Amino acid sequence: MSAAAAPKLEFSQGDRVHVKDMTPANHHRTPWYIKGRRGVVLEFIGMYVNSETRAHGDSGMPELPMYRVEFEQTHLWFDYPESQSDKLWIDLYEHWLERDE
Amino acid sequence: MSEDKDRGGFFDTGWRPSGDVHRDEDGRPHDHPGVREDVGLGVRASRALAMHELLVEKGVIGEGEVDEVIEAVSKRVPSNGATLVAKAWSDPEFRTKLLEHPKETVIESGFVPEHNADIIVLENTPEVQHMVVCTLCSCYPTQLLGPPPDWYKSFSYRSRAVTEPRAVMSEFGLELDEKTEVRVVDSNSELRFLVIPRRPDGTDGWSEEQLATLVNRNSMIGVSAATEPGTD
Repeated sequence: MSAAAAPKLEFSQGDRVHVKDMTPANHHRTPWYIKGRRGVVLEFIGMYVNSETRAHGDSGMPELPMYRVEFEQTHLWFDYPESQSDKLWIDLYEHWLERDE
Repeated sequence: MSEDKDRGGFFDTGWRPSGDVHRDEDGRPHDHPGVREDVGLGVRASRALAMHELLVEKGVIGEGEVDEVIEAVSKRVPSNGATLVAKAWSDPEFRTKLLEHPKETVIESGFVPEHNADIIVLENTPEVQHMVVCTLCSCYPTQLLGPPPDWYKSFSYRSRAVTEPRAVMSEFGLELDEKTEVRVVDSNSELRFLVIPRRPDGTDGWSEEQLATLVNRNSMIGVSAATEPGTD
């Protein structure tokens, strides 16, 4: 994470978002089980190297905003067998998120 | 050398633990406790040694460089993380610093930061249980916990940790209260997570060194609790 000047951020804490349901041909670290799913932004966690371009030999610059997003386990899994209050946290780049109204 | 002689891994030295089953010419297993079998170098080990010699000869790497890396890797052990957890249990100011500025605090404590990745510290409480997984591969805080255990990298753990985390924890011996919220934390390539487990009861007045003995590796992944005093 860099300590560079505060970036212009698309999302903030508490925003309702969904993960884009796409499968680009390039390397990406957004697992299938959260694609298209709705969650809530917990926080902006910093600017991080873009692993999607770095994986293809690029420098991974510029760094991109990353957010910690919380999902309800009952929303992710049909018939989730455990506690209804359970959550899943995952850190996602801004370009994978879209605002829900 | 035939492939079937190639029994071992990359740096196979031919040494086998004495418990390893060894058979005589009739196929009957027997062992030689404490005896090192001299099976010679495998194909991969011979190739690795030859490459090492060439790399040194051509000046690509220094004479002792591989040894230095092996030495550095051997310093990545779970007791690094346990030291930090025990200090966080003992010192509230340190705990706050570790949670709020994890990377700086790890470095200040004399540990090496994760290579090319940030470190995040999460704290388990009676209300919340964090459990770490890397569903896509095996991202893991190796500087603080050593190499990930095989189960952490298994397809089974990587899928079940997200679909039935409580069942998985139960198999690791942790029965959670229904009211405790489970937060499964899926890692990515840029971040690594270290979990501070709950401090066991009955440890008032314990020194950091004593406490560190209770901080087992699995509790810092969040799949089990810290070791109860007197059960080690």
